[in-house]
Amino acid sequence: MRALRRKLWNDLAAIRWQGLAIVMVLASGMATFVMSLTALDSLTRARSDYFRAANFASVFATLKRAPRALEPRLRAIPGVADLETRIVVPAVLDVRGLAEPATALLISVPDFSPPRVNRLHLRLGRLPTAERRGEVLVSEAFASAHRLRPGDGLRAVINGRYQPLTIVGVALSPEFVYSVRGGEMIPDDRRFGVLWMPYRDLAAAFQMDGAFNDVAATLRPSASERDTLQQLDALLLPYGGGAAYGREHQASSRFLDNELIQLRGMALLPPAIFLSVTGFLLHIVLSRLVATQREQIATLRAFGYSRGAILRHYLAFAAILIAAGAALGTAGGAWLGRELTELYARFFRFPTFTYRVDPLVVVLGAGLSSAAGFAAIWRVARRATAEPPAAAMQPAPPDRFRPSVVERMGWGRWLSPAARMLFRHLELQPWRAAMTSCGAALSLAILVLGSFSEDMIDFVMRFQFEHAHRQDVTVTFTEPSPGRAVHDLRHLPGVLAVEPFRAVPVKLRFGHRSRRLGLMGVSRQPRLFRVIDERMRPVEIPPAGVVLSAALADGLGCRAGDQLTLEVLDGARPIRVVSVAGVVRDFLDLNAYMDLDALRRLLREQETASGAFLRVDERRTDRLYSRLKALPRVASVGIRRAMLESYRRTLAENVLRMRAYNLFFACVVAIGVVYNAARVMLSERSRELATLRVLGFTRGETALMLLGELAVLIAAAIPLGCLLGYGFAALLAWSLATEVHRFPLVVRADTFAMATAVTVGAAIFAGSVVRRLLDRLDLIAVLKARD
Amino acid sequence: MRNVRVTAAEASRADGVSPMDGVSPVDGVSPAVAGFPAVGASSAAGVSPADASQSGTLQSGTLQSGTRVAWAGGGELMFEARGLVKRYQLGEVEVLALRGVDFLLRSGEFVVLLGPSGSGKSTLLNILGGLDTPSEGFVRFRDHDLSQGDDDLLTHYRRDHVGFVFQFYNLIPSLTARENVQLVTDLAAAPMRPEEALELVGLGARLDHYPSQLSGGEQQRVAIARAIAKRPDVLLCDEPTGALDVRTGIVVLEAIERINRELGTTTAVITHNAAIAAMADRVVQLSDGRVASESRNAVKAAARDIQW
Ligand SMILES: Nc1ncnc2c1ncn2[C@@H]1O[C@H](COP(=O)(O)OP(=O)(O)OP(=O)(O)O)[C@@H](O)[C@H]1O
Ligand SMILES: [Mg+2]
Repeated sequence: MRALRRKLWNDLAAIRWQGLAIVMVLASGMATFVMSLTALDSLTRARSDYFRAANFASVFATLKRAPRALEPRLRAIPGVADLETRIVVPAVLDVRGLAEPATALLISVPDFSPPRVNRLHLRLGRLPTAERRGEVLVSEAFASAHRLRPGDGLRAVINGRYQPLTIVGVALSPEFVYSVRGGEMIPDDRRFGVLWMPYRDLAAAFQMDGAFNDVAATLRPSASERDTLQQLDALLLPYGGGAAYGREHQASSRFLDNELIQLRGMALLPPAIFLSVTGFLLHIVLSRLVATQREQIATLRAFGYSRGAILRHYLAFAAILIAAGAALGTAGGAWLGRELTELYARFFRFPTFTYRVDPLVVVLGAGLSSAAGFAAIWRVARRATAEPPAAAMQPAPPDRFRPSVVERMGWGRWLSPAARMLFRHLELQPWRAAMTSCGAALSLAILVLGSFSEDMIDFVMRFQFEHAHRQDVTVTFTEPSPGRAVHDLRHLPGVLAVEPFRAVPVKLRFGHRSRRLGLMGVSRQPRLFRVIDERMRPVEIPPAGVVLSAALADGLGCRAGDQLTLEVLDGARPIRVVSVAGVVRDFLDLNAYMDLDALRRLLREQETASGAFLRVDERRTDRLYSRLKALPRVASVGIRRAMLESYRRTLAENVLRMRAYNLFFACVVAIGVVYNAARVMLSERSRELATLRVLGFTRGETALMLLGELAVLIAAAIPLGCLLGYGFAALLAWSLATEVHRFPLVVRADTFAMATAVTVGAAIFAGSVVRRLLDRLDLIAVLKARD
Repeated sequence: MRNVRVTAAEASRADGVSPMDGVSPVDGVSPAVAGFPAVGASSAAGVSPADASQSGTLQSGTLQSGTRVAWAGGGELMFEARGLVKRYQLGEVEVLALRGVDFLLRSGEFVVLLGPSGSGKSTLLNILGGLDTPSEGFVRFRDHDLSQGDDDLLTHYRRDHVGFVFQFYNLIPSLTARENVQLVTDLAAAPMRPEEALELVGLGARLDHYPSQLSGGEQQRVAIARAIAKRPDVLLCDEPTGALDVRTGIVVLEAIERINRELGTTTAVITHNAAIAAMADRVVQLSDGRVASESRNAVKAAARDIQW
């Protein structure tokens, strides 16, 4: 047995580079598997731990204003475990060092005790108390974007007056794990923050003494969320409430759920690609090894080694490679998983976000790797040992060549003997040729897929912020305001154009399905905020009816022409029937649009606006911003350029890193496949190639015969890889699609070109390594040996 | 391309010399008939070494095709090797495959190299054929210096001048007999047609067979056809019958003999079979990396008369 073990290591040493390539491909598969699943696991765990520890509410309600005396009745709703009432209002902030106005959500906390529901996690300082005026707690994202610390000051614009505030602490809240301004998708931590203030201060500032406008409640385990929501609505309806909602509609929680769904969608495809390539490589390498060792095997068996012993020997050969790949992949996956988790930690704020490698994930990954690896080689190993020794001592039957299909079609005349050799070899082992081509195609597909993820995000960003939403600034009013408010904006310095809008929370119902969202009333001929289709052509909003996101129409199961029930969740809460006037394919969130005047009529309002979109003169923004900060009625100011910059800054680094990983993985696959295929071919055909050299073919000509075959396979791999890449892209876009995000299937031509170039480059690299070996081929030794 | 049989015969007449005492012209031989029936008379008379060396300078001619023809023992000096040493370093141990070999080969000559296993025969042949270079010493083919290891130079030398035949045929399995030969004729300046070369070795009827469809002897004859189709200056055979039985071996030897005779191709054959030495003009015996002895055959035996 010791001899066999020695042979095992010798065999491995003989194919060390090929073995390394296999280990790398397998490790890539294992790494992507471990990375996705451990990051998913860490994120899921962070979420559930935090939500439990923070007593995160399960139901929420907003209303106009209700007396605090109502609170005991709310609390008495069966199913409610704990409940808090509070004041939540938006306000404009003036932060030192920031020209633009920032927007804050001000949330009240009990005057002398911490909140029980949605507990705050203090990072720095302490909770504010009502003993001193103007104490606030700041959300961590905002604080770190401005390097704010306890003791620093801020100014909030409350009812048009600056009110000085003192930061006493920095905190996290389960309500703002992902913190975006209402109605936006991308965090802009420099310009959006959450401030917690004692109830007394906030109530005084907004004339809300003894009243509240927001409710958060946790539920008993046995409670029915629907029933509780209904009872809440019933109680709050007289106070401008009546649209209570569960966690799935809570903005931050919704984004988090969405991310987990998408992460799960990404977890399987890349490992499946890598593992299938691994299987193929193991198969061709072991097949070749067994073919060259036929006589050795026969001799060993003649010496009395059992069939099982030899079978185990070859299985051990594969097992070592698989184990090495799995170990390396686990290490790599743990590292990548940590990086990914850290990336998540930038977008999702948890008090503790510990990364952990779940051993189960590793076991599962190793199991899948082994299954893929052994499945690929089992038959080869079995066949190798099944042959009776006497037969195996005989030379292997010669390959049966025949004219290739090209020749059978009558074009043989124009083929040189070298070209004929090439095609006949391809046909001799069509399966292997196909797999080699597929391997290279997969590498190309990985690149297409990686670049596609960038392309699609890029497309969505351009779609949204260059073609659809072209306003420089979005101003939102504290409440629907008369036309005069819009008129005032027009006269601010640097404002070039103003477009009012009316947004109102609604519930759309079709049959038994419904969705809650903000219905947008927009100008019929907008220049700033446009509704466009997926080809970026503007869609006209008809004078009556609603235009819906395709995803919303799908969700409701309705089509253009159908009649929907529209329930306004605000004000007089009218319920109307509207027709679906059109459906547009868009990419972010669920949207419903209506003509501004039509919406006003529907709401029985006249010139109201919820806010306005502005185009501004870039040179005069400083004055504009300082005026906006102080304007009463302005609840929030969104600045497109600033938001896009912050988005790009956050992503730029990651995009580069992702690109590098992708390139690495794709090259591993391309080099692994081409190198191994070329090595196996070199081994099978060394005698032939040596003969050609003896006959007077130059090194280059000989190499061309070997590598020419690979070149044909790579050439075939290019269209196949582009197709596969497109297919994977479609699969990815499909698996990532949620009601929060949809992704267009746009693969740019230069993505295909880049992927092709990289794959061909990697193949050339692998080919040139093999060519070096070919150049050093010992002609005499090869020809002296018997076949 | 002309039929070789005719050209060779014409050449001997054109020179106006009776073709070497006792060697009959080959008119009327039909190579297409398997088994080379016409080679009989050559053993009838002998050439004395002295005669051969004297007439050596006179008897070469050039055919239209550019192939030099020289009669046995008498051509211009084709190879000249002096003081060849081939050293292999195996770790600590130094192996001397050649320990100072001087060797000359004249145009048209048929030389057999004999010697025990490991005596350096293949090493010498490989150096002559440009597959290997000596560690020391000097080897020249006409005006080409083969001692320098320049790969390009040696490749072109092999391509233009040398035909090789090995013990294990080394045919390209994916190509038919004809295509195996064509592989070489495509490279050559003035080759025969592949069919012609295959007819010359008696395989005119097996043109489109793949190596796996041919017997060992047939494969070796394809290898010979491939080696000579470009009309090489020299045919180097390393144990061409080593893997064959007697009958088949003789057929192969007949093919080699015929090439040497009809095309005047200078031929060196390595063999372990001393009987084969009877076919040669000259027999060189190697031993332990040196030339142990050298002899000339007064009478060349015909391949088919050889017994072993
Ligand atoms: N690549 C090599 N490395 C080390 N030694 C070598 C190498 N090639 C040949 N030799 C040694 O050189 C010597 C001569 O070898 P060569 O092949 O020329 O012998 P040979 O006369 O052709 O023998 P055979 O009749 O067995 O073919 C032998 O001792 C052999 O071991
Ligand atoms: Mg030898």
